Amino acid sequence: MKTLKELKQLRDETRKHMNMRQKGTQTRIQVGMATCGIAAGAREVVRRFMEEIERKDLSDVYVVQVGCMGECAFEPLVEIIDTDGTSTIYAEVNEAKASEIIAEHVVRGKRIDKYTLQKVKM
Amino acid sequence: MLERMQILICGGTGCLSSDSKIIRDRLQELLRKKGLDDEVRLIMTGCFGLCEQGPIVVIHPDNVFYANVCKSDVRDIVNEHIIKGRHVKRLMVTDPDLKKKIADFSELKFYAKQKRIALRNCGNINPLDIKEYIANDGYFALGGLLRDQTPEQVIDIMKTSGLRGRGGGGFPTGLKWEFAAKAEDDEKYVICNADEGDPGAFMDRAILEGDPHSVLEAMAICGYAIGAKQGYIYVRAEYPVAVERLNIAVEQAREYGFLGEHIFDSDFTFDIDLRLGAGAFVCGEETALMASIEGERGMPRKKPPFPATSGLFGKPTNVNNVETFANVPVIFLKGTDWFRSIGTESSPGTKVFALGGKINHTGLLEVPMGTTLREIIYDIGGGIPNKKRFKAVQTGGPSGGCITAEHLDTPIDFDNLNELGSMMGSGGMIVMDEDNCMVDVARFYLDFTVNESCGKCTPCREGTRRLLDILNRICEGNGIPDDLRVLGLLCKLIHDSSLCGLGQTAPNPVISTLEHFRDEYEAHIFDKACPAGVCTELTTFTITDKCIGCTKCAQNCPVDAISGNQREKHFIHDDMCIRCGACKHACPVNAITTTINLKKEEENHV
Repeated sequence: MKTLKELKQLRDETRKHMNMRQKGTQTRIQVGMATCGIAAGAREVVRRFMEEIERKDLSDVYVVQVGCMGECAFEPLVEIIDTDGTSTIYAEVNEAKASEIIAEHVVRGKRIDKYTLQKVKM
Repeated sequence: MLERMQILICGGTGCLSSDSKIIRDRLQELLRKKGLDDEVRLIMTGCFGLCEQGPIVVIHPDNVFYANVCKSDVRDIVNEHIIKGRHVKRLMVTDPDLKKKIADFSELKFYAKQKRIALRNCGNINPLDIKEYIANDGYFALGGLLRDQTPEQVIDIMKTSGLRGRGGGGFPTGLKWEFAAKAEDDEKYVICNADEGDPGAFMDRAILEGDPHSVLEAMAICGYAIGAKQGYIYVRAEYPVAVERLNIAVEQAREYGFLGEHIFDSDFTFDIDLRLGAGAFVCGEETALMASIEGERGMPRKKPPFPATSGLFGKPTNVNNVETFANVPVIFLKGTDWFRSIGTESSPGTKVFALGGKINHTGLLEVPMGTTLREIIYDIGGGIPNKKRFKAVQTGGPSGGCITAEHLDTPIDFDNLNELGSMMGSGGMIVMDEDNCMVDVARFYLDFTVNESCGKCTPCREGTRRLLDILNRICEGNGIPDDLRVLGLLCKLIHDSSLCGLGQTAPNPVISTLEHFRDEYEAHIFDKACPAGVCTELTTFTITDKCIGCTKCAQNCPVDAISGNQREKHFIHDDMCIRCGACKHACPVNAITTTINLKKEEENHV
């Protein structure tokens, strides 16, 4: 370690792995992972979310598992809570949809209406 | 990498002693079995502060705080929380006011009122991983000032910040550095005093265990400022976890080039070594500490010469305490204005207190200077258990004094505590309630100083011994009226003529209890009674008319000295009573009393 620049690099690199310990303005992705969710493939969905976050190098997003969200018939359910507190629930999410949600909703801030629970239920 | 969760497990000495290491191992084993070990990372951190509720486990990103975790809870944490995302409610902390379980510990009153500077990284980073310290801006202060500032400027910043020594004395740190810097010598030393000897204080241990690099960085900054190439950390061997983590931290700092030659490509060279102490209280006194490092017997010498001119090996030396050092890097990162905006005018910044005794939340807390005792004891500490009445709080350990209820609203800083006849000391705070006998408390602290007196000077060696003799006599019921006068005289004599701080402050517990609780001394001497019911020779337990005849006292008496029928007033046979106090503890209506004012109370009651 010879310069502050090197130190900064190391700091930013390490911070990525510690982000989840910070409380702050982050987008929260909640995946329903009770028995129903897991049976419907929630584990694969979580993995995909994590992979996308890693690939796109997003630091202000984190993934949380939650319990049964109630609408077991429409699992895997994913709730995205934006930094302003608005919540969107997506239903029957699979790996492909997960990638799309990250790209559209999380990165570009555009809700994908056709995947939301209300639309899927109709 | 698919890491989606981090589990922080407290690795402070408190939690380690209640098996947090085993909890970690079991978690790891179970996670591996479930194939989750690549998704979930386990991190042993430093102390979270809420030691009374340990072992503590925090799960991120959910930010859920589990307390009192047992080995047997590991299964539930993994099966419920990690796999299904359901919080394990029974392990969450109950908010005493809202009477409901809360997950996020920052909502707890214990944390909400705190301001953590010295403890900023404790419980948040892995102390064994230098990178986690760097991620929280570690070593940026050192790197920045080596590039941009001269040693004189560094000292100016320290002086402007107003930081005062957190080890007890409260001497301005910047001035201390300046003295050492001005002394001319090609060899100088920086010493970190980690010989935390005050019974009931453990903040230095928590910092060394939870954030060792903050101390190393600050020592290097100090070395640059005063022109020293070598630092020593004098830490007691009784802190094995701290020693182990310091050794690892020093190794890592050398590996990354924060210690050694040409730090950050500058001309500055600095290294740190550890020196272990055997745990003598007097070695916290800086001249005794230096004697111990030199291999001499740990005894103080007279000052002057002060260490700044002639210290370790006769060379100019700067000695600071662990907590003082832990504040230093932050001051350089956030600026002196920021630091001065916290705390009071004469004592900027925060202070860590170790809260113990008759208090609900035993543990470590850090508050801005100027916080009142009431806030610390009732808001953060959660008040006194069992609805007992607050009597006093002893600050500053065996060198301090007690502060009574009438001063609960005094803002705490160095000067106010001194005015109250106590002192900041290292920040130990022992809370006492109505069941504590203040003569016995004074005796406890004197017993400690007598044992720890190094014996070099007569006033301390002989004087404290005589003080203890008198206190013992009073507690055993053999006190004579003249004792009060002699105690006062002896206290003054020891204070005025002892060689070092240990002796000079040794009488403080006696002086302050004599001042605030003279009535208790008088009760012991003249009435041969201990109002709090602690001194067994002087205690008579009596059951008053409040008795409802529930028989609980009789059931709890180990020697069957209580008789009485159900729903009738019970009676204690004094000749059989061993004065253990079990009945008083068991009584649901406070009908058992030991006070000498029994008569008055009964009259009031009728």
